[in-house]
Amino acid sequence: MTATVIELDQEGPASILRIEGDITSGSEGDLMAAYGLATANGASAVILDFSKLEYMNSGGIGLLVTLLVRAQRGGSRLIATGLTEHYREIFSLTRLDEAIEIHDDEATAVAAATT
Amino acid sequence: MTAPTTDPRPEERTNRDAGNWAKPVDRLSAEGVAGAKVDSVSGKRVSGPLQGFGQLWQKTFRVPLDGAEIEPAALIAMWKERFPTFWPGGARFYAPLAGIAPGEVALMDIPPVPGSPIKLSTGVMVLYADDESFTFTTPEGHNLSAWITFSSFRDGDVTVAQAQALERTSDPLDELAYMMGANRMNDRFWKQTMENLARYVGVASPAVATQVVCIDKHRQWKQARNIRNSSILRTARHTLTAPIRWITRRG
Repeated sequence: MTATVIELDQEGPASILRIEGDITSGSEGDLMAAYGLATANGASAVILDFSKLEYMNSGGIGLLVTLLVRAQRGGSRLIATGLTEHYREIFSLTRLDEAIEIHDDEATAVAAATT
Repeated sequence: MTAPTTDPRPEERTNRDAGNWAKPVDRLSAEGVAGAKVDSVSGKRVSGPLQGFGQLWQKTFRVPLDGAEIEPAALIAMWKERFPTFWPGGARFYAPLAGIAPGEVALMDIPPVPGSPIKLSTGVMVLYADDESFTFTTPEGHNLSAWITFSSFRDGDVTVAQAQALERTSDPLDELAYMMGANRMNDRFWKQTMENLARYVGVASPAVATQVVCIDKHRQWKQARNIRNSSILRTARHTLTAPIRWITRRG
């Protein structure tokens, strides 16, 4: 199992969380802390960059649901980018794609965040 | 500020979890299940916690298998193989012929209250499975829109078994039933299941720890229309029309 590394960037009104390694239920502390930092400055959208995601189990996808609920209740948008075809399929399978915007690349995700 | 990373391209990488997930399906099929009288799952879509109506709960039932000499992977293999045998009496689980593997569908009959001759017919799809865990997702028409994960891990020298559900009731009628006692019955069901599992591997007096957390106290009113698939209404209709079917068969 690889640790979760999350890097925070700012791009206009959006915060970007670059996720590297694994997302499992054990990533909860890191992911929630990073999300807290990402929204602390009032960002209206949080972009999750999954281009370096290596592994995600069902605990990890459950964590994304929890994060989505937190974003919805906090008035923020959650946007995903950098998903491989495999993870796009998982978003479709779990119907997470009905609730989280997905963009092919970071530029379009940032553009969407500003609209 | 860090420059965006573009290499390697996401679509060129293979992910380690690739074989653990079910493939996306538009509609479920219970063709690979034998023994069930009613198939209320085929033709339905999956429905997870995002598609449900009621408050979102995370429920964790955890039991340390003190004294049992079994590794997590062996426990999960056995749990998959014998899954229905640990359920409390009255409920039936019709396992897929191919076993508990990603994408397989199982059917089940569950009494709405213990001892009831009436059964809610529903099912699950195996969303995810690996050596140390497996996850079910519910279909439309199930009284819960949920994912439930069964897993095992080591805590020091002890193997621990865990069931963790992320669940909402599916529609307003289910939410009402949940508030009137179905919620507590559901908790008892999984607690008893975990006790049965622990006893099977040799734990004399299993102590199941239960943790219930409300993730979202809001109800999703836009999902109230899920009631058109209600398992409660379907079962009531099926029960009320039973005499008509009986007369038709005899005539």
